[in-house]
Formats: sequence, structure tokens, C-alpha cells
Amino acid sequence: MPQLIDTYAREISDEKQHSVIDGSTKGTDKRYSVLFNDYEDPDSLRKLAGAIKDHTLHHLDEYLEKSEKALTDRGVNVHFASSDEDARQTILSILRQHEVTQLTKSKSMAAEEIHLNPFLIENGIDCLESDLGEFIIQLDGDEPSHIVKPIIHKNRRGIAETFLREGIAPDYNDDPETITRRARVHLREKYMTAEACITGANFVCSDTGRLALVTNEGNSRFGMAPNKLHIALVGIEKIIPKERDLSVFLNLLGRSATGQQLTVYTEFINGPKSENQPDGPEHMHVVFMDNGRTDVLASNCREILRCIRCSACQNVCPVYRQASGHAYRSVYGGPIGAVLSPILFGKRFPELADLPKASSLCGACNEVCPVDIPIPDLLLRLRDKAKREEVPSEGAIPMSPFATLATSPSLWRTAMTMSKAMNHLPIQVAPIKPLQDWLGQRSLPESHGGDFRKWLKERRG
Amino acid sequence: MSRSQILSKIRETTDNLKEKAAYPDYDTSVMHSAVKLTEPDLWKSFSANFKAVNGRAMDCVAQLIEFLDGNNQRTGYCDPDLFDSIGSQLVAAGLTVETSYDRDRYDDYQFGITRATGAIAESGSLIIDDFKTSQRLAALSPWVHVGVLKKDEILRTIPDAITAFGDAPNIIWCTGPSKTADVEGILIEGVHGPGEQIALLV
Repeated sequence: MPQLIDTYAREISDEKQHSVIDGSTKGTDKRYSVLFNDYEDPDSLRKLAGAIKDHTLHHLDEYLEKSEKALTDRGVNVHFASSDEDARQTILSILRQHEVTQLTKSKSMAAEEIHLNPFLIENGIDCLESDLGEFIIQLDGDEPSHIVKPIIHKNRRGIAETFLREGIAPDYNDDPETITRRARVHLREKYMTAEACITGANFVCSDTGRLALVTNEGNSRFGMAPNKLHIALVGIEKIIPKERDLSVFLNLLGRSATGQQLTVYTEFINGPKSENQPDGPEHMHVVFMDNGRTDVLASNCREILRCIRCSACQNVCPVYRQASGHAYRSVYGGPIGAVLSPILFGKRFPELADLPKASSLCGACNEVCPVDIPIPDLLLRLRDKAKREEVPSEGAIPMSPFATLATSPSLWRTAMTMSKAMNHLPIQVAPIKPLQDWLGQRSLPESHGGDFRKWLKERRG
Repeated sequence: MSRSQILSKIRETTDNLKEKAAYPDYDTSVMHSAVKLTEPDLWKSFSANFKAVNGRAMDCVAQLIEFLDGNNQRTGYCDPDLFDSIGSQLVAAGLTVETSYDRDRYDDYQFGITRATGAIAESGSLIIDDFKTSQRLAALSPWVHVGVLKKDEILRTIPDAITAFGDAPNIIWCTGPSKTADVEGILIEGVHGPGEQIALLV
């Protein structure tokens, strides 16, 4: 049985927790100052973005077909994958068809979701992550704990040890610049010998099929520059109606994710090498993946499909900051993960039903969301789903005795009067487990024996 | 098979929606950041915003030579079409310039001078496509990339740059040098691509 989110959070090491708190707090501060510096009314922009996404989702069949046609017309091979297994097999067969044995991959949450990397490696294809953070994750056999900063939970010392252990570096050096230079040397050699590049896509414009792809490091650009085959794995919810809508989404994505107006490299691709495009891959494949998205669309939480994976909700969330992304037991951590993970992968609902409960519903996630997803409402809908489906609440204190007490006025009155006696009883040491668990997280104020009730009653009379 | 399955599953939901959200009516000009466009001159606006993302804006070849020389970046690639106007001046100043890019020696080039398609003033971005830059690697593998730009190629805003996509199948906006903050949030430039991004106005 994997650890529940609250147990995980309680047992996290101080070092890891500090890394997460530092990283996420910085993210929030930067986002806030940039948006408010650049726009008079940034709030209206995220409402607009939410409305464009809602419109797209409500007409997703049309936009998906339009994107397919636009890409096909420009010489791109378009594939569809219903499940994670379909997506993995589709990609593997494209790679086999082109006799690829070695490739680089730029960061893609869709690929994380289907664990593409280990699958390709098992099938004899040398698949190397080229984003610095993801590269380190791969070396460590770890999992990313943040959408934009996958190694937010790591520090330079651990990374320096990894580089030494894996032979990337000849000696231990934990200077971040040296770490980056060593990765640069190692990875560019791989780019040059790789036979394919796998990427995700941040947006697909259905009018021209153009994929928008953002990175800061330039890894997807370098991955695609020297070789012949580009495969993009894209969740079907990444579609937007028109190219003009990119102006809304690109402006919000960079600012929300890292506090940049634009990430360093913003690439737009809608076709392979041609007369118009003398450089770059000769073959381009796009794999549109469902993997549970149509189920989410059918659910009462469909707003979560507006998500553009910026991680602003993770950065701002008090629970995420304390617990770290790994506590969410899925590639998507934080508020977005608490909604998406239990419903996206179909059968993971009861298993991950504790995630929507791990929130104080403070609403910060909704406030920062660039597409205005009402995350707190969605968390409540999932809590309700758990209640309706009678999913037991692991580790929670049974509330039925309290319910009996609170619904019977005479019992309540007696209990109130009696409670004064508790001030003198050593309940902290009473051998009742649920009581101990409850008291372990809070201290009980002194009881006044129902003074308030008495006061109110007298006042009314 | 997946195709029809996905589409029919979507339609099961969208056909039964009580209300379908309409495409919102909006003007892309709402996305401009006015504070970034205070200069009437687009080169000046571009330069200020490019500098803010740690790019270097230069308006004469002498400046470029001084920079390359001062930073000991003495061997590089220059687009053959730019050799007469720029490359030859570098050679005259004692730098080594090649006009063909040999991918087997990708690490030998310390600088790469290529043609930019345009620039975006609002964001300080260089626009590169394959019509004008036929050597993607020359703009990526050297430590210094120089994007050569004409004044009338500078676009004012991001929406303007999107409108200008045309039918180029590959376009990239470069907003400053390649960078990362993956290690403890510390900014390091020059991860995979150039550590120095220069815009040279001709």
C-alpha cells in the first residue's frame, strides 16, 4: 500500500522540503510581479484564455479533425492513440519502421504519463532525456516532482554525486555552472548521433496544424536540428482553435510558469523538411493521445482539461510546498494533480481518492491559474464522488459518533455540560487511538461547558 | 481504430452538452504589454527588451569584432550570403571565418553568424526560419550566435509576429541565450544552445 499524501508529507526530509519550498515560493513571486508589471488587468486575460479553452473542449471533435487535416495536408503523418499502450506501440512502430536505435527526447508530460522512456529502453531503443532536469531524473531512476522544474526536490550535492557515479563527470563538482557545462558536452554528442527526436507540444493550432513548443534550454531545437525524424506526442486537449490564440496562451504560459514573457526558445512546426524548409527532419509524425481525456471530458470535472501545464498552482499551493510532488503518487503533483490524476488514468480513482481531500480549499490555485480552472470546486466534486461511491477514507477518524452527538440537542447539551470536566482530565494520554491521532495535530482549547448556548438562550428570552 | 473511438467518445459528450461555449470575441491587441513598447523606434524598444533577457543588441560590425576578440571567440561560421558585408570584415580583423558548416566539427565553431528573419520588439526575440537560415546547427552549436537583422524586419508585438508566420513550416523565436534554472533555481546560461545571443542590425 503506497503512502497516503499526509503520511508522506509528515515524513519528508527537511532538506527535500526546503528545496521544494524555496523553489515554489520563488516561482510564485516572479509570476506575480511579472504579470502585474506587464498588464493593467491580468485577471481578464486568464478569463479570456479559459473561455477559449472551454470553447475548444466543447467542439473538440471538430478541432481535432481540423488539426489532423491541416497537418496531413502539410506532409505530416498523423496517428491516434486511445490508451497509453496504444501510444507506446504507435511510437515504437514508427521508430522500428525508421530503424531507429538511438534518440533524444525533450521534456513532455504526456510522455511521462505513459512512461515512454523505460518502455523504449526495454525495447532496445536508447532513449535519452535532454532537458537538464529530466536528464538527471533519468540518471537517478527517479520521478519528476514538478511540472516545470522536475528536480525541484534535489540539490546540487546530490546531482554532483550522480554525475560522478554515472561517469558524466570525472570528479565531484557541485558548482551549478560546472554541472551544466558537463551536461552540455555530454548531450550535444548524443544529439549529433541520435536518429530521431521525440517531443511533446504545448499547443496545436487547428487552423494550420502548427505545433508550438517551448523550452528554455533549446534541447528540443538541438534534438531536431541534426536528425531525420521528429515524433510529437500530444494530448488531444492541447488543441486551440487558431494561430491568433497563441498570442493569449504564449503570453500567459511563460509568465505563469517561470515569470518570463516568453521562454527562450518558442518553436512553431507544421511540417517536415520541404522546399520551403531546407533544414530539419525529413519525416514528421504527430500522435494524438486520449489516455483518459475523453473520460475526463465526459465527467463533471472537464474544466481541468483547460490546463496548459504551467505549474503556477503547484508553486502557490501550501500543501504542495509542504508535501512535494512525489506525495501525489502520479506524474502530476499539486492541485492540478489532485484533480487530474485520480480521474485521468481511468481506474485510479479509488486508489488516489485521498488526493482531493489533501487541500484546505484556500483557493490560491484558482487565483493563479492562467486558464481560470476552478480547482477548489473540482476538488469538492471529487470528494463528493468519493462519498457517493463509498470510497473509505483511509486513515481518517470515524465521524459517526460526532454526527449522532451533533444531531441530538439533548445529547449535545449534556455533552457540553460534561465537557467542563475534561479540563481536569488527562485526555492527552487516554488510550483511544482516533483521539490520539486527532490530538496529535491540534490542541484542544479549554472548555467553557456550553456558556455560549446559555448566553444565547437567555438573550433570546 | 483509435481515431474513430476517440472522436465518437468526444461526440458522446459534446452532443449532449446543454450549452456549448462560443468562441470569445476579442482583439489580440489586449495581449500587448504597453510598458515594453514605450520607445517609438522599434530598434530601440527591441534592444531594451533584448537586453532585459540578457541578449546583446549591436548596430555595427566593429562592435561585434570587439566583442568576439575581447572574449577570445576567434573562429566561427558565417552565412555565405553575409560574407561580403560582415564575414570579410572579421577576416580583415584577424578572425577565422568559414562559410560552410561542417557538422562533424560542430564543436569547433565558437561563433555562428546567420540571417534572422525578423525580430519582435515587445519581447526582445529574434525570429529565425529556414527560408533565410539554412543552417540550424550554426545558430545552435557555437557559444555565440549572431542573428543579422534589418530595421524594417522588426515587428512590434507578439500578435504581429504570429500574423507574419506565413507558410513557413518551421519558425523559432529566440528570446535571449539558452538557459536553465533546474539546479536549485540558479540561472545558468548556455545549456545546449548559445550562451551569448547577439542581434546585429545592418
